[in-house]
Amino acid sequence: MVTFDIKDLSVQFGHIRALKKVSLAIHANEILSIIGPSNSGKTTFLRMLNRLNELHVKYRMEGAIRIGEDGLFRVDVELLRKRVGMVFALPLPLPFSVFDNVAYGVRMHGEKKKKSLDERVQKALQEAYLWEEVKDRLGESAFKLSGGQQQRLCIARTLAVEPEVILFDEPCSGLDPISTAKVEDAMLKLKSRYTIVLVTNNVKQAARVGDRTAFFLGGELIELDATEKMFTAPGDQRTDDYIRGKFG
Amino acid sequence: MRNPYRTQAVAFFFLLLATLLIVVPVGLVVVIIVQKGLPAVNWTFLSDIPRQGMRAGGIFPAIIGTFYLVSGAILFALPIGLLAAVYLTEYAKDNLLTRIIKLAIVNLAGVPSVVYGLFGLALFVVFFKFGASILSGSLTLGIMILPIIITTSREALESVPASFREVSLSLGVSKWQTIRHIVLPNAIPGILTGTILGLGRAAGETAPILFTVAAFYLPQLPGSVFDQVMALPYHLYVISTQVPNVDEKIRYGTAFVLLALVLFMNLIAIVIRSKFRKKKKW
Repeated sequence: MVTFDIKDLSVQFGHIRALKKVSLAIHANEILSIIGPSNSGKTTFLRMLNRLNELHVKYRMEGAIRIGEDGLFRVDVELLRKRVGMVFALPLPLPFSVFDNVAYGVRMHGEKKKKSLDERVQKALQEAYLWEEVKDRLGESAFKLSGGQQQRLCIARTLAVEPEVILFDEPCSGLDPISTAKVEDAMLKLKSRYTIVLVTNNVKQAARVGDRTAFFLGGELIELDATEKMFTAPGDQRTDDYIRGKFG
Repeated sequence: MRNPYRTQAVAFFFLLLATLLIVVPVGLVVVIIVQKGLPAVNWTFLSDIPRQGMRAGGIFPAIIGTFYLVSGAILFALPIGLLAAVYLTEYAKDNLLTRIIKLAIVNLAGVPSVVYGLFGLALFVVFFKFGASILSGSLTLGIMILPIIITTSREALESVPASFREVSLSLGVSKWQTIRHIVLPNAIPGILTGTILGLGRAAGETAPILFTVAAFYLPQLPGSVFDQVMALPYHLYVISTQVPNVDEKIRYGTAFVLLALVLFMNLIAIVIRSKFRKKKKW
């Protein structure tokens, strides 16, 4: 199971400095929650781990990231993204049926046999706790599902390509409390087999699901500690203020 | 005192007036051409060669000629234009050179068609020694509609949400697979709109084919792409201005057939487009 080791990571978009000398390690099979106000660099950090920032034209970075034993930029980018999956802030189904959404990545990676596709799709939907709700609707457009179902569909789509790490970028920001609870359930159960990095605007969500929690502010890592300690005895005044809702 | 409801009524009136000013002339053109042209159209008119110095008989060679020329132009311009559009939207870096190229392409769409005619004469007819032929004419028309196809294809490709691309890439799917399986299928309706526009333009223009392919009078059908053909727009020009005493019915009949041919070819593209639009799920 992979781990990330990040040293002195700085990222710039044009003149805007999104991350400033961030160093931290991500352990195997943990849920690392990242909290912080808007524009604190959380999402930029997350998108560094699967190199999605590179789609931005004016992106520049400094520092070193290792995935397992390898430098992040030594790994083939498509292979890296297969190993490091991502679930986005809004549910983003592709314009296909429910089945084809989950099967898409698997197909693109060369699986053609109907039987093993069926199996992989069912397994992924079960892992995302969506199978029971959609098993009779696999041929329908993914856009006909509810928001919470769509987001779990996106999780299933990510799981189907069998990643080792899953990056969640505020996955519940558009969901109601019940859908949020279902997505959180799915995350907790995925922990045994995946390493999870969860960026969230919801401090309580970090407290509920995170093993460790990192607090970002203005592109800097302020504090990183076990979730319990962060929420009971934070080491930095700014962390304390943010958790208590005094700013942000 | 100002009355917002009256202001709205006045604005509404002018908006309606502007729309009518567009619709009425277009409608009149169609009505007049149908009214005056339809009586001339019968099986002989469609299937016979022109006779008695083009004052009788049919226009079959011109119909076939225009069909070949338009098909050739699309066959040449659609693949090249589409590939260029994919390169410009998906691969080219956003720098000064790319921006100049994009601007040049947009401006090329505004170049008068007679300039393309001269260009085709110099390049295809003379330099490549294709002579006045279907090949030269098709390529000239193809180059004329390339900017239309590239510009509309680019817009279609750019209108595919960036999030689809991000999702696809985030699954470890390669860029080319993303373009092939996500971007292109969702851009097809827009690309076909560009094709329809290009097709209409290629069928209707006289100047580009004047020096490169069109024959004044050539009753036999072409045997190869290196033969000359008659074409509807040029034939219409000839019987309207160059040949005296042509019955008005025949002239309007030719115009009617040209309109109908363009409409028919557009219809094919529209049917394909609506099939793809039905599949669109966002």
